[in-house]
Amino acid sequence: MSIVPEFIVRFYHKTASPPYFYSLSNKLLPWLTAIFLILLGYGLYGGLYLAPTDYQQGDSYRIIYVHVPAAWMSLFIYVVMAIAGGISLIWRMKIADVVLISSAPIGASFTFIALVTGSFWGKPMWGTWWVWDARLTSELILLFLYLGVISLYGAIEDKRTASKAVAILALVGVVNIPIIHYSVQWWNTLHQGPTVTKMDKPSIHLDMLIPLLVMATAFKFYYAIAMLQVAKVEILMREQNTQWVKKLLEDK
Amino acid sequence: MSLMSAFFAVIRRDLILAFRRRAEIANPLFFFVLVVSLFPLGVGANPKLLQIMAPGVIWVSALLAVMLSLDSLFRSDFDDGSLEQLLLSPHPLTILVMAKIIAHWLVTGVPLLVVAPLLAIFLGLPEQALGTLFLTLVLATPVLSLIGSIGVSLTVGLRRGGMIISLLVLPLYVPVLIFASNAVEMAGNGLSVDPQINILIAIFFMSAVLAPLPAAAALKMSVN
Amino acid sequence: MNSFAEFLAMGGYGFYVWMSYGISTVVLLLNVVIPIIQKKQFLRELALKQKRAK
Repeated sequence: MSIVPEFIVRFYHKTASPPYFYSLSNKLLPWLTAIFLILLGYGLYGGLYLAPTDYQQGDSYRIIYVHVPAAWMSLFIYVVMAIAGGISLIWRMKIADVVLISSAPIGASFTFIALVTGSFWGKPMWGTWWVWDARLTSELILLFLYLGVISLYGAIEDKRTASKAVAILALVGVVNIPIIHYSVQWWNTLHQGPTVTKMDKPSIHLDMLIPLLVMATAFKFYYAIAMLQVAKVEILMREQNTQWVKKLLEDK
Repeated sequence: MSLMSAFFAVIRRDLILAFRRRAEIANPLFFFVLVVSLFPLGVGANPKLLQIMAPGVIWVSALLAVMLSLDSLFRSDFDDGSLEQLLLSPHPLTILVMAKIIAHWLVTGVPLLVVAPLLAIFLGLPEQALGTLFLTLVLATPVLSLIGSIGVSLTVGLRRGGMIISLLVLPLYVPVLIFASNAVEMAGNGLSVDPQINILIAIFFMSAVLAPLPAAAALKMSVN
Repeated sequence: MNSFAEFLAMGGYGFYVWMSYGISTVVLLLNVVIPIIQKKQFLRELALKQKRAK
């Protein structure tokens, strides 16, 4: 791997050590939080205030500024989990295990948010709280995939075995996500006819698009923050008998 | 022992063991018939409604029946230690797992092939769809065993893995359910089912090649 | 949009919009707050365990 600069390789190896990762997280968190809040502020201001009212949907379309970024995050996080799982299985990296399991509840939360906000958007638009449209149905199945990871990890007592199990599950799941998505989309078109739902591909105005992208970026920073918070607890639990944790307690 | 003879030895052994517990084989079958029968009781005996629902009802029930039977894939071997022996074998575990999956399908999938068309007739499925129903079952029940093996191997070490297996495996079954039941529905309407069947064939080959690998990896991890 | 009241009303869709944002905020807050509380609790328990072990 001589194309990768030396300092990056060294950094990568350093982060594999739990105490380094732990202290690095603590150093990063204030910065991540600051950036997140700025992006969130700008995104919400742009989305809720600056962006013009939609011709067809009125102001209810503004739900898009949480619904779509949340849906994007729900997919993004599962992919991150799968990558972490791959790294864990191939290189047996403890931190990869931690990242995987720390991301799961956050991914599930984003999936939940996507579903709930989808319902709240759909009710005034289509008159019902739930529609079996392709996106929502795929999101629902994705929620089950997340819950599967969380349940499996909780059910296996030895956490090292549990980590390997969820790594395998995440990899199997990620391969299936495009298949599930395609098949659900196909299934949906059968019973829908030629009408295109407004949720699927809004032809979007730039003033409406920018806050959306800002919110999406903000959510990525949020993911880093939340994941690191969970990861810190997970690391402490796994490493509770080590010297560095004991020293951490004494330093308090 | 060569790999080929080991492969067939595993299949033969599982079939013999299953034959000795013939009554247990019947259980998923009875469940299948029961669940299908519950639907008319639940939604009313309106023949038009039942006919519309028939493909989905048969396929959901088949899915559930296979899922319930998955535990038998590794459970008894895990309990009596023969699973560990299998893992110690010099032969690649992936191939041996494939052998067990084949045996499982022969024991649980094939009976469904026989019974499902009868039930379909009771639900009023048009006769022209029966051939497609049979074809989808032939293509997709092995896939159910293949994908199911991943879920079972991840949980074989757990004492009460039952409910978790459904959570792990059912989302992965969704594409199969969609294409299989839709194919039967289209056939009932006299329409072409080529795309659906082609996709089912693709899914079959994909799972046949890809599923035993994570199943074997998960077994190694579960048993140790 | 001119007044704060209009902002809240969201063209009549206020309930749906604010429920969405509200639930999202609660869920995202919980995902950060709960681990922080868990960490404090865990360290407290660990310290107690260590004191007892001495």
